Amino acid sequence: MRSPFFKNHLELKAKMVDFHGWEMPLQYSGIIDEHKNVRESVGLFDVSHMGRFKIKGEAESQIQHLITNDISKIGDKQSIYSPMCNENGGIIDDVIVNRINSNEFVIVVNSSNIKKDLSWITKNVKSCEIQNVTDDYALLALQGPKAENVLKDAGVEQIENLKTFYLLEAKLYDIDCIISRTGYTGEDGFELFFDSKQVQVWEKLLETGTKYGIKPIGLGARDTLRLEAGLMLYGNDIDETITPLEAPLKWTVKFETEFIGKAALEQKKVERKIRGFEIIEAKRVARKDNKIYDEGKEIGIVTSGSFSPTLGKPIGYCFVPVEYSLEREIKIDIGGKFYDSKLTSTRFYKR
Amino acid sequence: MAEKKFTKEHEWIEKSDQIIIVGITEFAQDQLGDIVSIELPQVASSFKQNDVMAIIDSVKASSDIYCPVDGEIIEINEKLLEHPELINQSPYEEGWIVKIKPNNPEQIDSLLSKEQYDELVGQSKE
Repeated sequence: MRSPFFKNHLELKAKMVDFHGWEMPLQYSGIIDEHKNVRESVGLFDVSHMGRFKIKGEAESQIQHLITNDISKIGDKQSIYSPMCNENGGIIDDVIVNRINSNEFVIVVNSSNIKKDLSWITKNVKSCEIQNVTDDYALLALQGPKAENVLKDAGVEQIENLKTFYLLEAKLYDIDCIISRTGYTGEDGFELFFDSKQVQVWEKLLETGTKYGIKPIGLGARDTLRLEAGLMLYGNDIDETITPLEAPLKWTVKFETEFIGKAALEQKKVERKIRGFEIIEAKRVARKDNKIYDEGKEIGIVTSGSFSPTLGKPIGYCFVPVEYSLEREIKIDIGGKFYDSKLTSTRFYKR
Repeated sequence: MAEKKFTKEHEWIEKSDQIIIVGITEFAQDQLGDIVSIELPQVASSFKQNDVMAIIDSVKASSDIYCPVDGEIIEINEKLLEHPELINQSPYEEGWIVKIKPNNPEQIDSLLSKEQYDELVGQSKE
């Protein structure tokens, strides 16, 4: 599959990669350069591969049943992040629910889960119109401290008053656009939903952003940015065998609401947790599935590992027994050699 | 400057007197992307052809570097320990990795010529 901006990526000589069946840009100028650009000024991401479903009708209480977070906490034109669990409390997906109004919601899901989520949602949300609008809308993310300036210059009124996790229906240039103040980078930023035929928006944003040093950003830097920011990646860190309580997502589980998987989450004892780690001294990078040892005993596994461009050292997330607290020293087996490491918070970067 | 030879694993070698200089190719550094660290072998250690002698980590992948011929490491590029990005910036010059004294110099003859290597990476690009 191809995003509406496929040709733009080729023109920019992006290195393309297959991502769950989508041909997407891995990098343009280089992962570290792109990463720093987002932290220091602004970057433009094509995230049109993310799945989007529109639900119309009396859906609120039914969506509440699907997600662990509390949907009653948001009003019209607001967004909420939440895991969506199965009966065992395993994470089917982590999603953002956008409430357009009381009768219209747009759920943004991971591209790898589009089919699975659509059938799960269809099974659990009755008497509503559920539409997969992934191909109808383009989705771009504009992230970084200068993102607001770019949108202001692109003619978006009132953007400075838009709060985090709120939505704005606005004209972007002369195009109808829904803008949310959300992202996956740990920076201030926005996600832009608009008609997928309006492909000129990509080039226009790069042009408008030139004076702020905007750069196009690929999936490589998207991964290192989210890793530094403590954000989970579905398929790496979380999946159906993992509960939100084992992941650092306890804050998204609201036991005062009713949702699928609640009973399991209440009963199950949490025995392992996702922690951050950093490798001490050596610069070897740990990767997913590398094993964690303590006093010669295997105690856990790496779920995500990369190099942090901001910190200049290898970091990652791993599963370890719950009693392993922060700062505890462990060893990570990378290619048969053991590297001294220590457990940390998953939030390596705060803006 | 002597003519370079290449391996299927994307190392280049250049012969100079009794030693060879080894690095990775432009194609390899481009595929790896931003290189963030390298583990170099010990000077005076010996390797057989195709043994793993070094490991490169880029942001996105880890990659083994193979010894192109049987031989002894006589020098390593210590600059790379502080500045592994030199491999990205200058894979054929400043980014050289090790110097080796080959045990069987005839092994060098059986490595790929530039034309053969170019054909190889042309194929693997598709």
